[in-house]
Amino acid sequence: MSREVMEYDVVIVGGGPSGLSTAIKLKQLNPDINVCLLEKASEVGAHILSGNVFETKALDELIPNWKELNAPIKTKVTKEKFLFLGKTKSLSWPTWLLPKVQQNHKNYIISLANLCRWLAEQAEALGIEIFPGFPASEILYNEDGSVKGVVTQDMGLDKEGNKKDSFEPGMELHAKVTVFAEGCRGHLGKQLINKFELNKGKDPQQYGIGFKEIWEINEEKHEEGMVMHTAGWPLDNNTYGGSFVYHAENKQVFLGYVIGLDYQNPHLSPFDEFQRFKTHPAIKKILEGGKRISYGARALIEGGLQSLPQMYMPGALLVGCDAGTLNMPKIKGSHTAMKSGMIAAETIIENLKENRSLSSYEDKFKKSWVYKELYAARNVKPSFSWGLILGIIFTGIDQILFRGKLPFTLKNKHADHDSLKPSNEMPKIDYPKPDNVITFDKTSSVYLTGTNHTDNQPVHLKLKDHNLPISYTLEKFDEPAQRYCPVGVYEIQVENNLKKFVINSQNCIHCKTCDIKEPSQNINWVTPEGGGGPKYGNM
Amino acid sequence: MKILVAVKRVIDYNVQVRVKEDGTGVVTENVKMSTNPPDDNAIEEAVKIKESGKVKEVIAVTVGEDKAQETVRKALAVGADRGIHVKVDGIIEPLAVSKILQKIVDKEKPDLIFMGKQAIDDDCNQTGQMLAALLNYPQATFASKVEVKEKSLEVIREVDEGLETIEVNIPAIVTCDLRLNEPRYASLPNIMKAKKKPLEQINASDLGVDIKPRIEQIKVEEPPKRKAGIKVASVAELVQKLKNEAKVI
Repeated sequence: MSREVMEYDVVIVGGGPSGLSTAIKLKQLNPDINVCLLEKASEVGAHILSGNVFETKALDELIPNWKELNAPIKTKVTKEKFLFLGKTKSLSWPTWLLPKVQQNHKNYIISLANLCRWLAEQAEALGIEIFPGFPASEILYNEDGSVKGVVTQDMGLDKEGNKKDSFEPGMELHAKVTVFAEGCRGHLGKQLINKFELNKGKDPQQYGIGFKEIWEINEEKHEEGMVMHTAGWPLDNNTYGGSFVYHAENKQVFLGYVIGLDYQNPHLSPFDEFQRFKTHPAIKKILEGGKRISYGARALIEGGLQSLPQMYMPGALLVGCDAGTLNMPKIKGSHTAMKSGMIAAETIIENLKENRSLSSYEDKFKKSWVYKELYAARNVKPSFSWGLILGIIFTGIDQILFRGKLPFTLKNKHADHDSLKPSNEMPKIDYPKPDNVITFDKTSSVYLTGTNHTDNQPVHLKLKDHNLPISYTLEKFDEPAQRYCPVGVYEIQVENNLKKFVINSQNCIHCKTCDIKEPSQNINWVTPEGGGGPKYGNM
Repeated sequence: MKILVAVKRVIDYNVQVRVKEDGTGVVTENVKMSTNPPDDNAIEEAVKIKESGKVKEVIAVTVGEDKAQETVRKALAVGADRGIHVKVDGIIEPLAVSKILQKIVDKEKPDLIFMGKQAIDDDCNQTGQMLAALLNYPQATFASKVEVKEKSLEVIREVDEGLETIEVNIPAIVTCDLRLNEPRYASLPNIMKAKKKPLEQINASDLGVDIKPRIEQIKVEEPPKRKAGIKVASVAELVQKLKNEAKVI
């Protein structure tokens, strides 16, 4: 198919914190540079979901006068708590005994989606062309194998892939440098990592699934600026995870739960663990009398430095969590993602001007504070493979006594899709029924995400082997997709005594968990028609 | 010939609308907004007619706050030639919009005026009809098919009983149903071209029309929650419940 072509100096794929920071920094360094940014959501921010307690370090460097420019960063952290939860009890851990990286008194409680909307305004004011509703669906290569650019998604195909009357072919966007900023498990990033073997010699990447709900709670229970984290119940000692409860502005509470996708029990349902967590007396008392107004979920990267792939290749760079720059013990990735984008921009400017190799990205990255942070953080997540208690003891020693300077590096041993044990060897988990007051089912939750994909388009969750879910995954693991998907995309239905694997792709909220956790890597997430997916507000 | 198409910026149809706690309206802050869906059909029809050669120019007009310009830009990206944005802050009622559109019609003298049959936010379904009255033009509402003839339009209307075919003289007002057509996608090059198309901005206060609200809004509240259903054991029980509890038969 012949497609129209547009030429740019730089094409950026993804309008999150890393992509937008790359764009802004590029224009700051060279106002004449020609930059376009593609975003698959219907608007910038609509696919952004994050806690978020924000460290302003990178933004201070990028836009020092962000306060004057009315950035949506208003709620300073005023109070902190850390709770260990037992089934009914809770133990408050003194915050002065927390590692420094987990102390937040200089940070802000923000909505990352709103920050991205603001960053997009700043970028557009500098002359960046932002195209929401245009997913990059394919990578283009030059004859010498270097990245040439991307193709935007074809619009107006029916289920079978035939052109409808409204068919609008995708366009080729060619660039001198293409920046991939798709966030955790970007579907093009994944292809690049494989093709250029960017993860050669690195540990397997580690992921988590993060849930978030926004609640409007009673005024007397609301403590604006309060940040609380918990560990422990309802997860067992062998499952990595914890919660966050942030009291934001307007009587809102950002409440969430993160579970490591290296969990072993296929009966575990991350969604139901999160729902169950809210029934703990220490949490329930905050929510009672309040109302849930938003819901969403997104996978996040936890592998840190050991799993960080090489971030440059001929003609392209990976930034933010498309590579994996999140700082796990800090539970923060926005500032590191932004900084990685800014470093990428500096690299690109030198590359275009002086023809310096893009490999200088990695040298610059290694000299930056991001690398220092990630280096100090590197042993925390792997130590939790020994269980919660040993993990905490080790982290105390590593982070408080040695400040991340222990003379060895622990490894991330297994990929998350390899961690499941056969369902008949693992205990079944009996989750309580939702009460529709504090806890909810997936159906009412997906409704709050505003997700939608136009009817009659190709299914964007591709199975490599269509028989595998029933013939193998159901048999061996009781098809865990039914449980790890946070919105119930995957179902096993029985028709005339025959079991059928059903994919309700219109419900997908682009979290990428299936692409990560499917034991045989049988599910491949690709971009649906532009503008599809969730319509998050202030997530 | 020239077609004027009125478009409105509303909360996106996928968003779950939330009522403000104080009952004064719905939350629009940080909520995804889009073009009112049947207005997309109106634009599409106008552009199609232009492509058939029967019309020279398509003008998109919107009435609303600054950000409503996005809606006009989108219309320009799918084929409208130029845009007009009449700036008004806050909520504006259908009568006021009709009066503003009347002024625009006086100025632009279009042969046809298209718009969606109703807006999905207030569901008024009044603007087209009121504008027709103000201009004393014929109207064809709920159009699911439009055929342009020499000096008239043949319009098929979606009515309760089925389909009604009428013929109206030009100039006329057509309000469009979702079945009228399938709106096209805006392509990247066309979005870029749209940025360069003319977009005139007018302050509503300069038009000399009285747009003061005529309706007093007392309270906005959520519909009552639907109670969970029950399973009945037999047809007899169902009939009994429909008779005695639901009292519908």
